[in-house]
Amino acid sequence: MSNVIEVRGVRNQFGAQVVHDRLDLDVRRGEILSIVGGSGTGKSVLLRTIVGLNRPAAGSVRVFGEDLLTLPVARRAQIERRFGVLFQKGALFSSLTVAENVALPLLEHAGLPAAQAAELAALKIALAGLPANAGDKYPSDLSGGMVKRAALARALALDPDILFLDEPTAGLDPIGAAAFDQLILTLRDALGLTVFIVTHDLDTIYTITDRVAVLAQKRLLVNDSLEVVAATDDAWIREYFHGPRGRAAAEAARPGLAQENP
Amino acid sequence: MSALASTVATPGHAEIVAADGATVLRIAGDWTLAHYLALAAQVEALRTHIDEVERIDVAALGALDTAGARLLHVLLGSGRLAALAADGAALSAGRRALLRAVGDALEAREAAAPSPRRSAVGDVLEHVGRTMGIFWRHIVGLAGFIGLTLETALRVLLQPRRWRLTALAANLEKTALDAVPIVALLTFLVGAVVAFLGATVLADFGASIFTVDLVAFSFLREFGVLLTAIIVAGRTASAFTAQIGSMRANEEIDAIRVLGLDAMELLVLPRVAALLLALPMLSFVAMIAGLVGGMLVCMMALDVSPVMFLSRVESNVALRHFLIGIAKAPVFAFLIAVIGCLEGMRVAGSAQSVGEHTTSAVVQSIFIVIVVDAVAALFCMEMGW
Repeated sequence: MSNVIEVRGVRNQFGAQVVHDRLDLDVRRGEILSIVGGSGTGKSVLLRTIVGLNRPAAGSVRVFGEDLLTLPVARRAQIERRFGVLFQKGALFSSLTVAENVALPLLEHAGLPAAQAAELAALKIALAGLPANAGDKYPSDLSGGMVKRAALARALALDPDILFLDEPTAGLDPIGAAAFDQLILTLRDALGLTVFIVTHDLDTIYTITDRVAVLAQKRLLVNDSLEVVAATDDAWIREYFHGPRGRAAAEAARPGLAQENP
Repeated sequence: MSALASTVATPGHAEIVAADGATVLRIAGDWTLAHYLALAAQVEALRTHIDEVERIDVAALGALDTAGARLLHVLLGSGRLAALAADGAALSAGRRALLRAVGDALEAREAAAPSPRRSAVGDVLEHVGRTMGIFWRHIVGLAGFIGLTLETALRVLLQPRRWRLTALAANLEKTALDAVPIVALLTFLVGAVVAFLGATVLADFGASIFTVDLVAFSFLREFGVLLTAIIVAGRTASAFTAQIGSMRANEEIDAIRVLGLDAMELLVLPRVAALLLALPMLSFVAMIAGLVGGMLVCMMALDVSPVMFLSRVESNVALRHFLIGIAKAPVFAFLIAVIGCLEGMRVAGSAQSVGEHTTSAVVQSIFIVIVVDAVAALFCMEMGW
């Protein structure tokens, strides 16, 4: 499998505080990769660095084989258009309805007429699992789960190749969170997406991710399949995966996995 | 999957041809967002003939994304699309999953009833009706809040132990002391402007000495307190709304209630009391600054010395003008503080709501200050004060 994202030697610092130092990361095409790590280890900073919202002090970020940091602005914007980003709180534009939120990139980038963009937006909204009448609502009228789905629909608007999700299930009830996990899995299989998830949700990690990357001590401690990561000899990882919550999530996921792969 | 940079992009294409004695729909090229408009036109043209098609050939299909899948759905209809999605020989598993997902999503959408269209006139009438309702509830709400504030104030007044002196002092500093420079500067400038106007107009009548009376009357009776109230409405009412509103958005007000405390007593009363003290003091500063501004212009433009200015003010301007002016200050202060706090309490959850209510608080308090001032001016005129 080829790498769609290659992060090499990245150093991020804010003032005197170094968040990442010589950080390397590979994301393979078509995989669902979860980034885990304690609070303040810079998971979201890493996501922001890859999508271009944060410029690292050193190092390179290669996406589709091109170094984002040295590309001219126009070419870089072209590549960034192949990203879909779901922000932690949705970041839906509050002055636009859900349908308008989703149609905005279609109007701005794909140059579609309003009617066609509205049709495609309705499709994305349906793909994200929202009822048809949700399109006319404003973000303030939506529940937390619906905001995430609407934001996902917007992230999918331009048919991205890579989907970045920042804590997609945070603040959702377990049923909503499980449904969202399944939705991501379905979309990945149907649309052939590469999915980069920053998460704390052990259930997400156990049910849908292909590989797990652990951020600690300013670097990527380990980046491998769940079994390998869980077996890594590190105090934090042990506590994370083999603490009471980790065990419960593992046990909950096991019969599920068995059913999916008979 | 979307087109990858490496694959050669060929625009999508669809045609109906006769091959091997059968009518074949041939779908080729990239069916992606980039070619959406051209494809949509082709689809529109071919749709009417779709019933004649006996076989679908997708061997030459390039890239396919959700936009292309939607067009295939439009072209083929859900039945044929489902059949195509089930055909393992023609398409890869990923493609079939994409077609199924899009087909299902569009199906679900068609199944749902469309929202009814509304007429423009009805919308306008509805909006007018709703706005009237909101306005009425607003007035009732304001009256209720004033009553609640007064009731709490009376209750707390009798129990000195419950006076929040620290909060009062902090609010007093923010609303009074910090506002002195801006109030003094602005009223100084307006005082100078009024004196210039007086000097220009009254010089034609040879009565330019009455500029002194103009400045003194206007600042003691009206401008001192009115300008200060407007500045304070913009500065302090908005601050009150933003402070209480962000606490409200953060559920802090609910926490206060759950802890068995009274938000009125804790948050509203110290602010109202602070402004009740602050606005008269600021108004006094404003009157002095306005007079000084007028005095400076009189000195420079009219050769009226400060001593002469002051003696004329002393002999011509009665004390009651000052009293009428300063008496309005506590009324304005109460209204501004109550509106600021009430709008803060009305904030519902989001940061956007904080912004909306802050704007509303400023607009309302300036509006009400000017209305009350006008009513008071009429009243004083009729009473001959």
